[in-house]
Parts: sequence; structure tokens; C-alpha cells
Amino acid sequence: MTTSAISLAQAIAARTTTAAAATDAALSAITERDGELHAFLHVDADAARQAASAIDARLAAGETVGPLAGVPVAIKDNLVMTGVPTTCGSKILEGWRPPYTATVVERLIDAGAIPIGKTNLDEFAMGSSTENSAFGPSRNPIDPTKVPGGSSGGSAVAVAAGYVPVSLGSDTGGSIRQPAAFCGLVGYKPTYGHISRYGLVAFSSSLDQVGPFTTTVADAALVSEIIGGHDHRDSTSIDAPAPGLLEACGRGVAGLRVGLCSDLLDGADAVIVDRVRAAAAALEAAGATIVDLAIPELRLGLSAYYLLAPAEASSNLARYDGVRFGLREERDDVAAMNVATRTAGFGPEVKRRIMLGTYALSAGYYDAYYGQAQKTRRLITNALDAAYQGVDLLLGATTPTTAFGFGDKVADPLSMYLSDLFTIPSNLAGHPAMSVPFGTDSAGLPIGVQLLAPGRRDDLLFAAGAVLESEVSA
Amino acid sequence: MTNPNPLTEADVIKVASLARLELRPDEVATFTEQLGSVLGHAQDIAALNLEGLSPMAHPFDLENVLREDVVTPSLDRDAVLAAAPDAAEHRFRVGRILGEAP
Repeated sequence: MTTSAISLAQAIAARTTTAAAATDAALSAITERDGELHAFLHVDADAARQAASAIDARLAAGETVGPLAGVPVAIKDNLVMTGVPTTCGSKILEGWRPPYTATVVERLIDAGAIPIGKTNLDEFAMGSSTENSAFGPSRNPIDPTKVPGGSSGGSAVAVAAGYVPVSLGSDTGGSIRQPAAFCGLVGYKPTYGHISRYGLVAFSSSLDQVGPFTTTVADAALVSEIIGGHDHRDSTSIDAPAPGLLEACGRGVAGLRVGLCSDLLDGADAVIVDRVRAAAAALEAAGATIVDLAIPELRLGLSAYYLLAPAEASSNLARYDGVRFGLREERDDVAAMNVATRTAGFGPEVKRRIMLGTYALSAGYYDAYYGQAQKTRRLITNALDAAYQGVDLLLGATTPTTAFGFGDKVADPLSMYLSDLFTIPSNLAGHPAMSVPFGTDSAGLPIGVQLLAPGRRDDLLFAAGAVLESEVSA
Repeated sequence: MTNPNPLTEADVIKVASLARLELRPDEVATFTEQLGSVLGHAQDIAALNLEGLSPMAHPFDLENVLREDVVTPSLDRDAVLAAAPDAAEHRFRVGRILGEAP
């Protein structure tokens, strides 16, 4: 499937094709190639075919359908759907069928989209390669000897392999943007509070946001407008209108000031630095002014993030105690059952982060680690706010390298964490950011450039992203 | 990592117990090294003078968000209990909580 979600929805609405045909095409592509690529943990073919037939019947009856009617979509397996297995890539949730549906999934279905299945991820979204999935890694469709990135790797593969034009992921420290860069896709992390977290299994609640993977900037805008907006079931959801994203895609960048930020660039491979500079030139040619700047505080984000996110995770994951859902390892008493269940159910990376977080929050270390990380988060946010006094947007690399090989970083967690260096600051500040594909390295592996905007100016990302996209396809 | 490991194996065993995890001896050694390397990296912020900056817990300042105090539908009890490892009499069922009386 090479077509965009928007053109597929138009073709289905115009009845030049059908939802059933689009769904069958997705399902047969999955049958053909997903044994190798492993994007999906669960495919619900019967439910997808039924939903597609229902859309076709409504169109045949002349009914009005939603803007994504008949478009197959894939959902990261940390977003719940009633009755559909949700594992979060973890043995501790294997076999769990949630009793409710995430707001974002509900809104996609209301818009007529056809959920095809649940996609692979690093366990509880902790990782940058899908190698931490308890059910085995996904493979990069551009080069199956490389990782697709993570944690939302399965969702990236589902779109990059051409199964579906749209998937949903979640981004806590780069988990949408990094796999989007590795797989040559558009990946968007919205302003914190712009898209509901209701039904997203919590990892680090003050950092987690849901967002889309697409092949075009306009598709990302449409999907985000559909799933975004206030939700009373998420108390951190912003209750105010957001700027229009689809409208922004045609706005251009004339008159915008774009900061080319050395701290989002230094340390990246030379070929990536070249592409970011080419992106700056493209924006300049379209009428933007490029300003070279440094924000050295951003370098501190990695340390702050790898204390704050594990601290929140250690609290959020305390709920996996063998009592209410998922795995239980029976023992004579409850305390022993709790320990046995968690020890058997969690993989090594999840244990690492829970312990790191528990340590950072424990008496005697709280001020030195957790407290200091919270103040660093303020320092970074203030530095970004100060930079946005002089520029409208920031531009940098999404990742320091292109997709790496399996096993390259597994033994040394810190080296894996370093691949999030450029994506973390936006999560800490709650700001929006987008990775846009902008060329390849000499081996043909995709390169993503990253656009960052101040909070609630997500529209600027779409204006600039659309300009970069037209430059690449030109 | 040039810094000495800020973490001992005893620290890791204690943290694992606080986190309700049990580690094999080889895991204790591995985790001590790996967690120590992350904490070693974090020395760049541990050393900063951040006086005067308020700790930031969240991207924006939120007051408590409350809804109207009226009854609304919530998750179906039987559906929730059906997903539990064990349930009885409309409750989650677990093993013994208290030890034998002395």
C-alpha cells in the first residue's frame, strides 16, 4: 500500500475502491511479509473484515462516513481496546483482555478507520529498538538486518512495510520520532495534553504522549486532528482549542525564524549533519530565516530523563502485583506472590528501570537524584523558552545515527539510552516535535530531521514539515 | 566510566527488595554495573548548582481537575473481575495476607 491515508479515504468515499479491498490488501501484505518483519503481536482479521464491510454497506446506502472511513490502521500494543489482547510487549500482561477502549482508538473508529491489529514494542515502551519485547524484536523493512527503532518499532514497521498508511505509537523520550527516522516516516509527538492518554498504559505519566506514524505530513495532521482535543477522562488533557494542523500544511514558512541548534546536531554522524543543513537550506529557500544557536542545557536532558522516567515508572508499574490482571505466580502468601509474579513477569530492561527509579526516589538519594533531575527539567524548559524568544522553531537531527544492527547496544544500556539524546528535551518541556524523512545515508538507510516548536504551536511543525516534504519529493 | 561506581551490590539487593523483585547472584553483579553506569552519567546534573530553580514535576501548572459530583457509568464489575487471575464473591481473590498467630 503506497497510497496516503487521505487519498485512500477519498478513493473509498468516491467508491473507486472499497474498505473491504483496502483491508484485504493490508491483511495479505501482513501474511506475506510479517513472519519476517514481526510488526504485529496480534492481528484481528475477522473483526477488521467485518468493520470494513460495515463501512462499505454504509457507503452503499448513501450514508455520510468519517474522514478515515475504510482506512486500515495499526495500534501500538500499549493502547487498549475492549476484548483485544494487550500485552505491552510483556509476559506480565500476556493473555490480558482489557475491559475498555482508549480514547484515541475510539476516535479513530468513530472516524471510520479499521483497526487491523496491535503492534510490537519494547516492553512497557522502555527501549529504542524493540529488542526489549518479550515476544521478539521487529525488523526494519528497509534493511531487515537493522532494528526499526523503538519503542514504537512495530507501529513504524507496519507503515514502512506498506501494510497500513497510519499507525499509532507513544512517545515518552523519542519513541515515535526515533523509529520514524529509522524507517523513513513522518512521526509526530504532540504538545503534552493535546492528545488523550486515557487507555494508554502508563510508563512515565508526565512525559507520555500518543501520536501517529504516517507517510505524509498531511496524513499526520488529519489523524492528529481526529484523535486530539479535550478528553474529560484524562485529567491532564488541555481544555482549549488547538491550532489547526491540516490548514497549517499549506501555509509555508515565509517570515518564520528557524533556529539551527548545535546541541541537537553535534555528535550526530556527518551524513546526518549534512542532511539537517540541507533541510535548513530548504527552509531558507522557502522564505524562512535561519539562525545558528546553541542551547547547551539540552545536553543535560539525558541524565534528567533517565532518572525522572524510571522514577515515574517505578511507581506506575507497582500495579503489576498479580492481584487484578495479568500474570500471577502462586505462592503461600500474598507478599511472596507479589515478588514471584514481578520477578517472572518483567524482563531485564523493565527491572533495570524500576530499580533505577526506586533508587532515585529512596530516602537519602531523593534530593541528589530525583530532586536534582526535576530542577534540571526546569532549567531545560527555561532554556527552550528563552530560545523561543528569538526563533519560532528549532531544527536539528532526530537521531545521532541511522538504524543500528541487532545486538549492537543490548549489553550496554547507556549506549542505547544515548540514541534518545536529541528527542528527550521536547518530552521534558512538554513541547511538540516531529521527525520528517529527509534523505538516506550511503547504505540507503533513512535519515530524519527533527523540528521542535514551543508548547501549543504544533501547527508550526506541520507548516515547516510540509515544506521539507515537498523538497524531498521534488 | 572514570567515576567510581556510586552503587554497591548491597544497594542493588536493597533496591530490588523495595521494588518487590528477586535477583539471581549473576543479575546482582550485572545490574550493579549497568545501574552504576547510568548513575555515573547522571553525575553531570548531580554536580550542578540549581539553587533558585523550582522542581518541575509536570509540563504545565495544573490545579486539581475535578468533575461534577454526580454518578456516571464506570467499568462493569464482572468484566473487570473476569480479567483477574482469581476472583470470588465479586472480589479479587488472593492467598494468605497475615501470618499464623504466635
